Amino acid sequence: MSDQKRRLVLPGEILGSNVDAKEPYVYRDEQGSVRAAVAGLLDKRDEREVFIPLEGVYIPKPGDIVIGLISGVGVTNWFVDINSPYTAVLNVQDLLGRPFNPQLDELSRYLNVGDYIKAKVVAFDRTRNPLLSVQGQGLGRIVEGKVIEISPTRIPRVIGRKGSMLEVLTKETGCEVYAAVNGRIHVKCPNREMEAIVILAIKTIEREAFTTGLTARIRKLIEEEKIVRGVNVEG
Amino acid sequence: MKAEGVRLITEEGLRHDGRRPEDLRPIKMQVGVLSNADGSAIVEYGKTKVIAAVYGPREPPQKFMLLPDRAVLRVRYHMAPFSTSDRKNPAPSRREIELSKVIREALEPVLLLEYFPRTAIDVFIEVLQADGGTRTTGVTAASLALADAGIPMKALVAGVAVGKVNGVLVLDIDEVEDSMGEADMPVAGAPDLGLITLLQLNGVLSEDEFKRALDMAWRAIERIVEMEKEVLRGKYGLAPAQEQGGVEG
Repeated sequence: MSDQKRRLVLPGEILGSNVDAKEPYVYRDEQGSVRAAVAGLLDKRDEREVFIPLEGVYIPKPGDIVIGLISGVGVTNWFVDINSPYTAVLNVQDLLGRPFNPQLDELSRYLNVGDYIKAKVVAFDRTRNPLLSVQGQGLGRIVEGKVIEISPTRIPRVIGRKGSMLEVLTKETGCEVYAAVNGRIHVKCPNREMEAIVILAIKTIEREAFTTGLTARIRKLIEEEKIVRGVNVEG
Repeated sequence: MKAEGVRLITEEGLRHDGRRPEDLRPIKMQVGVLSNADGSAIVEYGKTKVIAAVYGPREPPQKFMLLPDRAVLRVRYHMAPFSTSDRKNPAPSRREIELSKVIREALEPVLLLEYFPRTAIDVFIEVLQADGGTRTTGVTAASLALADAGIPMKALVAGVAVGKVNGVLVLDIDEVEDSMGEADMPVAGAPDLGLITLLQLNGVLSEDEFKRALDMAWRAIERIVEMEKEVLRGKYGLAPAQEQGGVEG
């Protein structure tokens, strides 16, 4: 851990005034200094320091694109598990875009328990459950590929700085990878072997998220796995 | 409660287990011991062994208990039937219900519960083996498990008990010293904030003794919190690529 660039901080440690960090990972004490609330890494970037939390849950924010799992069907809405302490709600009118009569139509025809959807959080203020919308490009039911779940705090690592890690994952395997902020990742691959490799790579990123030189190692891991499994990216 | 004929302090000033009055028992800690819980820890103070598991923040099954402005903290302190020499009835006793409350109040001041309104955070503290100081060991285990779960907290807490046996103040008393001694004072707190979150006293101490006892406990708590930090650093520190170096963000 003798890395000068990065330092591990534990709950209660004072971070200093020159640190980029957000609640709920930090708090301001009575003296006004910012302290860590969870374990995290303090990363030196140019003049400033950035606090990267290592633990935490997903708290919805309006505008976030999330991958949700339908957990219940109501009369005019669905209950969606978005990997958060708060269950989200999706209204029928939003999905169908037309009036809905619950006496003539059934909700489970459109989305049923166990379906995955990609949706946008449109409203959340912590007093009511988050409201989702599927109106928008690429939103709606996920019909192919696989969804894997990792800790939401590891998502920035899967994306990498300016998308560098995501680029390695997609370029090297030919898969489409969508990492949603709530810790769920949708992968769509040309074949099974590539899917297995991408999942292995993502699980490795989750486990080793707080190490340096990860992008290079993931690239190597994917290349080695491709040789072991005897597959290549076509096109 | 009098130590009739039992000498808990020898002529050399040592205790029945060979410790000096200001010594702690050997302390062992481990985090992430349960895979189903969001956070967990096992802590041993000598022969006292306590496991803690933390779940949440999550939606509780009973919605009526939710608070509109912060998370509810639910703590269950429980002694396993096999934790004592005589079988302990597993039903929650009056004492366990009280200790659950006392431990909850020892943790609440350091948790940032207002970050997660309308959710519940559950802490389960299970005493596996009891040899005195189970509530303070429980506080230490719960603190580690909460940090392991990533529940936002202002600082780490730890607990330790100070007792008085044969007129001598002794740190981290065990079962024998507790039952034969003249006083037992469990203390828990967060040294990073200078905050005492638990203070109980069973028995009689003079004002001067109380001050000295609190001072002993506080210094021990500082040491135990330092151990907690060491264990948490170990959890993240043993990353395989750390020594390989490399530049990348």
